[in-house]
Amino acid sequence: MSGAAPLRAQPAYLPPFRQSNAQRAAFVLLAAYALYAAAQFDLTWARFIIGLSNGARFLGRMFPPSFANWEPLLKGMLESLEIAVLASVVGIALSLPLGLLSARNLMPAWVTWPARSLVALCRALHPVIVAILFVKAVGFGALAGILALVVASVGFIGKLFAEAIEEISLKQVEAVRASGASFANVITYGVLPQVFSRFVGFGTYQFDSNLRNSTMVGIVGAGGIGATLFSAFQRFDYDFVCAILLTIIAVIVIGETLTNVLKKVFRA
Amino acid sequence: MNTAADTQPTTQAALVIRKLFKAYVAGQPVLKGIDLTFGGTGLTAIIGASGTGKSTLLRCINRLVEPTSGEILLEGEDIVRLGGEQLRAARRRIGMVFQEYNLVERLTVMENLLTGRLGTIGPLDAWLRRFPPADIEHAFALLDTVGLANFANQRADSLSGGQRQRVGIARALMQEPRLLLADEPTSSLDPKTSVEIMELLREQGRANNIPVIVNMHDVELARRFADRVIGMRNGEVAFDGAATALDDGMLRSIYGGEGWLQ
Repeated sequence: MSGAAPLRAQPAYLPPFRQSNAQRAAFVLLAAYALYAAAQFDLTWARFIIGLSNGARFLGRMFPPSFANWEPLLKGMLESLEIAVLASVVGIALSLPLGLLSARNLMPAWVTWPARSLVALCRALHPVIVAILFVKAVGFGALAGILALVVASVGFIGKLFAEAIEEISLKQVEAVRASGASFANVITYGVLPQVFSRFVGFGTYQFDSNLRNSTMVGIVGAGGIGATLFSAFQRFDYDFVCAILLTIIAVIVIGETLTNVLKKVFRA
Repeated sequence: MNTAADTQPTTQAALVIRKLFKAYVAGQPVLKGIDLTFGGTGLTAIIGASGTGKSTLLRCINRLVEPTSGEILLEGEDIVRLGGEQLRAARRRIGMVFQEYNLVERLTVMENLLTGRLGTIGPLDAWLRRFPPADIEHAFALLDTVGLANFANQRADSLSGGQRQRVGIARALMQEPRLLLADEPTSSLDPKTSVEIMELLREQGRANNIPVIVNMHDVELARRFADRVIGMRNGEVAFDGAATALDDGMLRSIYGGEGWLQ
């Protein structure tokens, strides 16, 4: 403490969690747009009440569910399951190399750019729209559904795989490289061990998602239980609709249980 | 042990570095014309303040970092000119030990050791974990040497720092290297473990008859274990001589200032 400390200009005190005017303006704009949009659709309380009573009648006709027409139900559900499994297997198989090629920490820009674009393209359209496109291209049936869900899988887990690879520790990779290992061996020993359990997680998640979507692509003619569901709606066969919905829920729950088991097996 | 500094190129020089420059950003060289010669044996400590290019120098030797210009002759072969398969073959002859061990955390100790042999087997064999029995025997022998005989099947992330660094050294030795590099191998370790690791590095250098080059921060450890000390300052060699010749005057000129010298 010898002598006076030289005077220094202190930075201004900034309170935490402060909002800028731009942020406030964004909130106001968002609220204003929500009100405007609601006004556009004539969303009134009375309209909602009418909808509710209609819904109650609809629900009443759904119960008790009727499993009398079980044959198309079983056939459609099995087809959905096949679509989901095949789409997941092919989708994951394609996503592994694409994810690696998209990883900006391992690949040069001229490789990652086209790979990332392809993955982004796969993600751009909703699976239902892709399914319609494939129905037009390859005709009605499960093939269109499988192709649509392969595209959806690549769009989703291709990106997640790439992100997982981009988050690895490069120190471990550096050590494997230093041993004189080839690129393939660096991937096998330096990269894969770091991402494998996350890949299993993404893969099983995608299977869950494909199982859900495979019950829906049938609505546009791409195979599976969706077609059965749609025609039951058309015939106002609401007790059969209820039976189909209960079956779908049961299959999804069983699927999730199975994927949890799968995850445990691979993480051991 | 007083092999003193041998800066004259000799016929058995294991490693010769000539006019090595490295600039990460053009015009701002980190290494400014390094000339060094390393004989066939002995432990060399490279000391110097953080940011003077010690790590860069070491990583240029096995081309984890690309030199901007200069020559690096490993047993007469210029590593700077190599590419592809030949570069990997050269890396195989250089073992490297890292400050943060850089073990593949989710692999077992044995798998980490076998990583040292990845340069010698094809991708399919590597994928199927099919290593020659001789490599596996060698790995068990090395684990015994570094005192981790019972840890072969443990995952690397279950080990303590000192144990990990022993695995790191064993992995480097699996390559049967002609040169051992260590980048601040003791900076993350406690003083007692640090001494043990330095002893292990020196012993293994002697046992395998190969030169060992160690970057370090701890001047006392350098004095105690190194045959030769190289002091770096601002990307240049400021001192190169026997560890015994390293006095306070030299330390001042390497690190600058003197308040820190007691």
